[in-house]
Amino acid sequence: QIQSSIFNQRKAHSPGHVCKNILHVPVSGLLFGPWFLCRNEDLKEMLESNKESLKLEAMKRIVGLIAKGKNASELFPAVVKNVASKNIELKKLVYVYLVRYAEEQQDLALLSISTFQRALKDPNQLIRASALRVLSSIRVPIIVPIMMLAIKEAATDLSPYVRKTAAHAIQKLYSLDPDQKEHLIEVIEKLLKDKSTLVAGSVVMAFEEVCPDRIDLIHKNYRKLCNLLVDVEEWGQVVIIHMLTRYARTQFVSPWREDAVFDENSAKAFYDSEEERRVDQSKPYIMDPDHRLLLRNTKPLLQSRNTAVVMAVSQLYWHLAPKHELSIITKSLVRLLRSHREVQYIVLQNIATMSIQRKGMFEPFMKSFYVRSTDATHIKTLKLEILTNLANEANISTILREFQTYVKSQDKAFAAATIQAIGCCATNISEVTDTCLNGLVLLLSNRDETVVAESVVVIKKLLQTQPSQHSDIIKHMAKLFDNITVPMARASILWLMGEYCEHVPKIAPDVLRKMAKTFTDEEDIVKLQIVNLAAKLYLTNSKQTKLLTQYILNLGKYDQNYDIRDRTRFIRQLIVPNEKSGALSKYARRILMAPKPAPVLQSAFKDRDRFQLGTLSHTLNSQASGYLELSDWPAVAPDQSVRNVEVVEPVRLPCIYLQKNGNAVKVESRSESESGSESSSSESSSESGSELDSDSDSGTDQKKNTKPKPVQSKPFDAVSWPVCVSLQASSPVFVPETSHELLHRMTGKGLSAQYRFTRQPCIYGNSMVSLQLTLSNSTDQALENIHISEKSSTGQNIHRFNAIERLEPQASVTVSMGVDFNDSTQAANFQLCTKEDEFSVSIQPAVGELLLPITMSEADFTKEQGKLVGMNESSATITMTPENVSSQSVNRKVVSVANLGVIPSGQENIYRFSGKTVSSGSLVLVSVVLKDPDAVITINTEKTVMGSMLLRQVKTALTNSGP
Amino acid sequence: MIHSLFLINNAGDLFLEKHWKSVISRSVCDYFFEAREKAVEPDNVPPVIRTPHHYLINIYREKIFFVSVIQTEVPPLFVIEFLHRVAETFQDYFGECSETTIKDNVVIVYELLEEMLDNGFPLATESNILKELIRPPTILRSMVNTITGSSNVGETLPTGQLSNIPWRRAGVKYTNNEAYFDVVEEIDAILDKSGTTVFAEIQGVIDACVKLSGMPDLTLSFMNPRLLDDVSFHPCVRYKRWESERVISFIPPDGNFQLMSYHISAQNLVAIPIYVKQNISFFETGSSGRLDITVGPKQTMGKTVECLVVTVHMPKVVLSANLSATQGTYNYDPVTKILLWDIGKLNPQKLPNLKGSLSLQSGAPKPEENPSLNIDLKIQQLAISGLKVNRLDMYGEKYKPFKGVKYVTKAGKFQVRT
Repeated sequence: QIQSSIFNQRKAHSPGHVCKNILHVPVSGLLFGPWFLCRNEDLKEMLESNKESLKLEAMKRIVGLIAKGKNASELFPAVVKNVASKNIELKKLVYVYLVRYAEEQQDLALLSISTFQRALKDPNQLIRASALRVLSSIRVPIIVPIMMLAIKEAATDLSPYVRKTAAHAIQKLYSLDPDQKEHLIEVIEKLLKDKSTLVAGSVVMAFEEVCPDRIDLIHKNYRKLCNLLVDVEEWGQVVIIHMLTRYARTQFVSPWREDAVFDENSAKAFYDSEEERRVDQSKPYIMDPDHRLLLRNTKPLLQSRNTAVVMAVSQLYWHLAPKHELSIITKSLVRLLRSHREVQYIVLQNIATMSIQRKGMFEPFMKSFYVRSTDATHIKTLKLEILTNLANEANISTILREFQTYVKSQDKAFAAATIQAIGCCATNISEVTDTCLNGLVLLLSNRDETVVAESVVVIKKLLQTQPSQHSDIIKHMAKLFDNITVPMARASILWLMGEYCEHVPKIAPDVLRKMAKTFTDEEDIVKLQIVNLAAKLYLTNSKQTKLLTQYILNLGKYDQNYDIRDRTRFIRQLIVPNEKSGALSKYARRILMAPKPAPVLQSAFKDRDRFQLGTLSHTLNSQASGYLELSDWPAVAPDQSVRNVEVVEPVRLPCIYLQKNGNAVKVESRSESESGSESSSSESSSESGSELDSDSDSGTDQKKNTKPKPVQSKPFDAVSWPVCVSLQASSPVFVPETSHELLHRMTGKGLSAQYRFTRQPCIYGNSMVSLQLTLSNSTDQALENIHISEKSSTGQNIHRFNAIERLEPQASVTVSMGVDFNDSTQAANFQLCTKEDEFSVSIQPAVGELLLPITMSEADFTKEQGKLVGMNESSATITMTPENVSSQSVNRKVVSVANLGVIPSGQENIYRFSGKTVSSGSLVLVSVVLKDPDAVITINTEKTVMGSMLLRQVKTALTNSGP
Repeated sequence: MIHSLFLINNAGDLFLEKHWKSVISRSVCDYFFEAREKAVEPDNVPPVIRTPHHYLINIYREKIFFVSVIQTEVPPLFVIEFLHRVAETFQDYFGECSETTIKDNVVIVYELLEEMLDNGFPLATESNILKELIRPPTILRSMVNTITGSSNVGETLPTGQLSNIPWRRAGVKYTNNEAYFDVVEEIDAILDKSGTTVFAEIQGVIDACVKLSGMPDLTLSFMNPRLLDDVSFHPCVRYKRWESERVISFIPPDGNFQLMSYHISAQNLVAIPIYVKQNISFFETGSSGRLDITVGPKQTMGKTVECLVVTVHMPKVVLSANLSATQGTYNYDPVTKILLWDIGKLNPQKLPNLKGSLSLQSGAPKPEENPSLNIDLKIQQLAISGLKVNRLDMYGEKYKPFKGVKYVTKAGKFQVRT
């Protein structure tokens, strides 16, 4: 029997038995051993299986463990194997795991690096970005060089999203290895130049973390950042605004000088002497346009839904704007008070600081700071603080009435704070001191202890500020003394008795008598005040109190607290004359009964403005680590020109970029120097296409863009110049300003359109003629969505302008388009559409507009002319009017009808012009030979039809008199 | 910026942690627990707590504390706003933001947090983008996913992330194109004992539910835009158009979003829809008190007041209430000391009244202050400020959308002092 029982036991405990169980049914492993260990075993098995779904399930459970804060680090080898998984969710979860544990398992983490390096080259930008994110999040010092390389590469990536990730990675690398600072600054410098709104916020964040003192990196990007700001995502806005606030304080002079005279508190502080003031006034303050730009561009953000953005703009205005412009932030700040409790807390703190310096800002909104019984305590006290700050002679009665409600509040801490606030109001506004004092005395009979105690303390302070006309109040307090138990209040009353014992000569000794009885049971602060009272009475009324004082001093001598023993010994030496205490006791009266300065009741937010508003340091009222001091305004503004963006070499022809959607978008060709602001605003609007806030603006910008700088043709070398290159287009000699009607406003129901040939090579296509369209709205309503219909035209290839979203009444906009006329003067027909209507219009080109000028030498000209004879030549003889004979007038007349280049001629009476057709690029040569009084016009071109048409036009031009 | 995030429930259990930089031990939360204990009420916990090496910035929402750990200077509102955005995202994804839903969806929560912050700096917080990156869970999808092993994670970068309109996802398609706008106004008011208005203002929001295909460009205009005193907008709204023409022009995000909020300040006269006659008194002797409340309509613009509820936070000494209501039901919770009177629809012919006696703790002194009444109400088809939407125009797309506007007025922080 015994044997069998042992056998049973063995069976139950057999480890082999258990193992088998695990092998067969892995999940049942849960039942044995420390449960998570076994579970991890089972997870490991799942991770090593071939099934994606099992692996995913395992990873999900592991993430669950991480979220709970459980340690899952021992699964590292099994997890890291899956880093290259095809399943994107699995991969992401592995990333989560890696970032969490790589620091602990550095060696194993290195196994995954090559996967990321490969992914950094992936064509999918999301994969590139996430690879960089994870790679830079693995805090393993050994891969610093790899990270550095990856960041540098990503900073020049085509995808702005990847560049954004690079900006984030900069901060990560910096915290991992601060020695890389210099290299990282280089990358930051490069990324600061980035024009994408996506990158701006992140790179400024990196700047703030890595090199906030390198203000010089901002100069050139300042205007761009100001202009991009509205389009940056909200979090980036906050960071940029804070950085720009700091920047502006170092670069601009104070705008506060003018109205500093009206400043409520610190008028004097700004002007130490009258003289200085005069100097200032003689030099009127002019705000730097860049300073203005910042204020102007941040203002709309006050309407943001993001409270952090609103606060950031508010602090920017507070620190940078002229005082009289400050009022615009008030409304927005008050609006934030409707937000969550935590938001209210921060905003109220900032308002409290502001309201000390500028009551006027918030006074009209006083009622918004009224306390509700449902507010949290810290919100209530802050509101109270603000109401106190806002109190003035005019509104004090309203505020006091409001305070009366608060004193009765069930929240006793709040009631006590209200009493403090009443005290503050009473000292600040002398008219109401008596009213407040009487009110507070009434509160002394309140049933609640804290209220009474607080009232006593405040009354004490108030009495001290008042010339002592209030003996009845002191008597009243003495009467209440027995009922007051809060030590601080008792101590305050005793102090008052002592200080003003001469006003209450009968009562004070009696109080001392009572105190002598209870001395041993009192709290320490009360005891100290009893000793104090005794000493003062001894000096003023020693006849009545000598014995009492000695009794109290004796009690104090043996007190348990050594502060009290100490004080007792000191007082005894001071007041009781004996042989040892010489000189000092003579002055005892003057020492103890000296008039004491009244305590100043001032707000806890009094000096908070030493911190930049809206910062953590301001909230805590102490400097947080990493706080960047806001510098004082410079006395003299540093060089303003540092912000000028350097002059870009004028680009000859607008270059063409192909965007993802296939639309050709031109990139500005003019130098940026003329105005940084304009250039980036036009950029951002052309990038977005749909974000055209002011169409007319961008339209004019586009016009500017399309007009390239005049080009000086290079000195010409006939020998080395091959013929084919000689077809190189040159710039037009003359661009007629006349425009032709495309759509009359009567037929266009108010929309009118005119077109003009710009005679420039078309940027939309080599075979297109470039046209400029001016659309005007002469109705009294805005026209919307003006565009050229897709289903248009008679075979010509037309490059449409981007649809104009909205054209305001009486406004006009200029856009450019391109038409391939295919070297024929056949009109291009198309539909010009608005939101409501469609108008058929057509453009009939003059033959001279279908040409582009080219330059060639005289020799080349004659050579080419020799090839184009016979059929290809057409000529006519005309009689010239005398005033047309001069060389200038011939040249002018010819180039005005046809877009041809003038060839410098060696012979007096022969004028030569050359050009090519836009579409096919065939050569067109025109020569005019003067034989007084006749002239022979010869045109040589393969395009005979065009030749004869051109001949007719040149003929009429030359025979007509007039300019 | 944001180092770590801890989620803590009302009972003080830390149920989720996430770190974006090096791991910070959860013992840092001890400072939070200390402050939590000191505050007694969860609402009283200070939002910013300083510890020797870190700063804790927390918000309290849906009975969960979101505690974030900060190491260096950062605008506190930045963090607070972000934490609220996290809570809103959870709500958006899981229908509600509670401990249970977060625990049930811990993997998605983790994936979301991973996308929302990179190195502590917000990366993608727009709901439209997040939903393309990580699909919200639905019963059908989770079933399909378990069977096929497909995932919740998108494979390409959301186009919105790159465009100038990051809030809208690309390729939206609906068979029924519709756009609904709800103008919701809340009256914040404090009335004093005699019924005069101490303070009143209107807070309005326009919530939109826009389900339109393609890239619609909408313009919403008001009959009386001058009424709006102070506005704030969803980032999609073009500020300049508002400034120059007082119209709201925007390319909407897909789905539900808050288009704008506005404020009509105390300077304008605010119509108060109801009046309250009340008489609450506590007797010096006998440990009892009386309560008599009548509610009647005042300026309702001819509409009916609905969902009328009166809440009273009684003083601690009130033990029980023996009342009778002529309409609706009342309930007094002796633990929280909250008296709740649910009236329902206000009938102007027969005014609802709640009357009766309160019994106090015997021996305790009578409360000094009478409790104030919090009123809740709702008026359909009315914007109390008189704001009216004029029209909604759509550009950029060819179809004709179905449009609708609804007005509701509610009581916000509406308090009657007694």
